[in-house]
Amino acid sequence: MTQEFWRWTESRWTAGDRDWKSAKTITAGVDVGSVSSQAVILIDGGLYAYSNMRTGSSSPESAINAMNWALEGTGLSLDQIQYTVGTGYGRVNVPFSNRAVTEIACHGLGAHFLYGPTVRTVLDMGGQDCKVIRTDGQGKVTNFLMNDKCAAGTGRGLEVFADLLGVSINEIGELSLKVEENPPAVSSTCVVFAKTEASGLLREGWSKEKVLAAYCAAMSHRVVTLLNRIGVEPDFAITGGIAKNIGIVSRIEKELQIQALTSKYDTQIAGALGAALLAKALWEKGK
Amino acid sequence: MVTAGLDVGFKTVKILILKDEVILGQTLFLAGYDVREFLKTIWDEFFLETGISPEQIARIIATGVGKKEALMAQERVTEVSAAAKGSIFLNSQVRTVIDVGAEEGRAIKIDGQGRVIDFAINEKCAAGTGAFIEATARALEVKLEELGPLSLQSTQAVTINAQCAVFAESELVSLVHRKTPKEDMARAVHEAIADRIVSLVRRVGLEKEVMLIGGLAKNVGFLAALQQELEEKVNVPEYPEFTSALGAALIGAGR
Repeated sequence: MTQEFWRWTESRWTAGDRDWKSAKTITAGVDVGSVSSQAVILIDGGLYAYSNMRTGSSSPESAINAMNWALEGTGLSLDQIQYTVGTGYGRVNVPFSNRAVTEIACHGLGAHFLYGPTVRTVLDMGGQDCKVIRTDGQGKVTNFLMNDKCAAGTGRGLEVFADLLGVSINEIGELSLKVEENPPAVSSTCVVFAKTEASGLLREGWSKEKVLAAYCAAMSHRVVTLLNRIGVEPDFAITGGIAKNIGIVSRIEKELQIQALTSKYDTQIAGALGAALLAKALWEKGK
Repeated sequence: MVTAGLDVGFKTVKILILKDEVILGQTLFLAGYDVREFLKTIWDEFFLETGISPEQIARIIATGVGKKEALMAQERVTEVSAAAKGSIFLNSQVRTVIDVGAEEGRAIKIDGQGRVIDFAINEKCAAGTGAFIEATARALEVKLEELGPLSLQSTQAVTINAQCAVFAESELVSLVHRKTPKEDMARAVHEAIADRIVSLVRRVGLEKEVMLIGGLAKNVGFLAALQQELEEKVNVPEYPEFTSALGAALIGAGR
């Protein structure tokens, strides 16, 4: 069995200080992405529990698995959730959802909750896409830009490099900062060509760290180009799996000369969290 | 007059020797890591094997992405002009040249003398190049040269939604899980690449006759997909991968 270098760490969380039994509203959001799926449960609009796990080959199953994992140990059951919104690439395949909403709207709301009302620009770096979302003070989307055509600047591109170098995807960021001097960025945009280029650099005697530094720099540059096309207004935040990669985040911050806000919660839940917030609004409207 | 054309590509290097418009010898080598050193080695090897004497060569012309590394060359010409010159020599009716290699795809519009009127290149994205075929061969566990014939056996159309070769590879994996026949997936990939190449052709404008050169011209599945997409007959020379080396040698002879 070959080692699965691409495998990232799944997560689960429950609020220790909240009790759903006294709650007036219990709503949920499920984000079924191409690579990861999340379920978020809110009680009275406050974060109660979430899960973040790998998407399997079936969207409905992935949605159910994520939801079951979020519910685990809470004593809460699926039928007690009053309203559920599905989002993400598999949003129409969430069997227990009341409604499907596009991920752009959900990410705006989710980021607003995670990072506070000062956030105006959200960069979401996901498994197979990358989006820039501009929001107002209420988390409403005012403009957005998306790349879902090309693996450059996405988690999938990072996975290719994790495999090539035999480095766990969780360690790429740290390792990429362990260079005395930053090498020039990998020049190819296309991940396929970048891989060929990186193989050549390894043969020239470059260390793994140096190759990773060159690739993280290329990736950061790529998303900064996307960011600049729409304009960055502070405060700025990064969501999605790559927000956990310090090598890419620090390079984006340096290139933009803006610090990104941080959150104590998993950065991958933004979409599902926004969906859960919408679910609450929709439930209250429908009553 | 004897001239040599040297085409230094991403994956392969082609050497061709031309004497008064007759090809004396041609050989294709898989490119090595250190291109400069590698070229020196194969250069000597080539003359040893073909028995052609290097002294009789009046001019050496290099082309291809690594042309700068060919220190033995007196002159360097662009890939586009070499492809154009080689194609018009092989077929004087050609007005549109499609050149698809390992990491590049081009559409070139030429006049009756082989002069370049316009061209469009994709060098940014693997989806319209041979690299996509290689990725597919890996995902389907099929030999590269078997992919073309295999795709011709396809009985039902499958679409690959992804434009990106990396995303397409994951899509292929899920198709494999769904037990999609390999021949249908091979066809889908050839159609996807043809789609990208045809958009390059449309940018320069299609004019008859059309010729396909470069390594991908040897893939019958890609050729079929390209003809279908263009709704036009596409000519393929006998040795499509040597067309640019031939063009370089012709330019060296003052053609």
